[in-house]
Amino acid sequence: MAIRAEHELHRRRLSRNVGLGVVLVGFVAVIFGLTVAKVSNNGAVEGFDHVVRPSLLEAGE
Amino acid sequence: MSDATHIPQARDGEAEFGDYIALLKPRVMSLVVFTAMVGLLVAPTPVHPMVGFAAILFIAVGAGGSGALNMWWDADIDAVMRRTKSRPVPAGRVTPDQALAFGLTLSGFAIVMLALATNLFAAGLLAFTIFFYAVIYTMWLKRWTPQNIVIGGAAGAFPPMIGWAAATGGVSLESVLMFALIFMWTPPHFWALALFMRSDYDDAGVPMLTVTHGRRITRAHILAYTLLLVPVALALAFTPVGGPVYAIVALAMNALFVKGAYDIWRRDEPMSETDNFRVEKAFFRFSLLYLFAHFGALLIDALLRLAGVM
Repeated sequence: MAIRAEHELHRRRLSRNVGLGVVLVGFVAVIFGLTVAKVSNNGAVEGFDHVVRPSLLEAGE
Repeated sequence: MSDATHIPQARDGEAEFGDYIALLKPRVMSLVVFTAMVGLLVAPTPVHPMVGFAAILFIAVGAGGSGALNMWWDADIDAVMRRTKSRPVPAGRVTPDQALAFGLTLSGFAIVMLALATNLFAAGLLAFTIFFYAVIYTMWLKRWTPQNIVIGGAAGAFPPMIGWAAATGGVSLESVLMFALIFMWTPPHFWALALFMRSDYDDAGVPMLTVTHGRRITRAHILAYTLLLVPVALALAFTPVGGPVYAIVALAMNALFVKGAYDIWRRDEPMSETDNFRVEKAFFRFSLLYLFAHFGALLIDALLRLAGVM
């Protein structure tokens, strides 16, 4: 039978693991945000392959 | 089958998450974040909010990395000083090797990420700052010369310059003056602390001015550096980043700061011991407000310009 007692050591390990998890998720969010900011470059994101770029169309087209 | 074997006591290196946060020196980091943010926001080049956020984040991570390196190197003297003996390394919660690896990793990571998020110049400046704090100040100057605080203060003065560089890609008179403001402010700030935390630095053998040249000389130095700080603080008001709010705040704050330094200079040890260093402690607390008020005023002026009020 498994011993269920929670040692103080486990609490510290859990705090490290949860903390690292939160940091990694935050890092992914920052990289995603940076990517959107860099790619859009203060304008709308447009496709460049096999699609019509809205900014190249004549007005009213 | 058991998944929890007998563990007599916690081993070294079983730190909790908060211990790693403590290695980053979060209180110092708050100053770094604030001044870097002001440097970035008052710069004439607009920055995408996400890029600005990432730049400040990576500057803060770099500062934290250098803080961890400082704690790795200084664990022996931290263990002696009352103020620092409960830090993770001297307390045994994080091993010195872990602190070293943590500091190096974060420093390298922050430099690379700042280069990717903004520009190489800002990243180079961050790299130099980390080197200056961890090697020039921590490993060399701190234990060697009573001018440790004066020259080492440069490390804390770089963040607004890095923020400015992240936005503009360069250096200018404004960013140099923001650097000079923190650089000149650091000695009176730390010497006031050394006056009322005296046994700490004595015990650790750190050659603070109070230990090497005596307390009378330290009081005179506080007044001298405060007087030298005034023209630097006021000069920023006449640059494009200055404005009416900054000018008023700088005038008021510098008058009060000089008054505090003068009061410290006039006092001697028996007077200070009688009221338990009341004036010195008040001056130290006010010095924190002084710096935050100056940079806060720069930010308010920038916002007023943005809103078209000026």
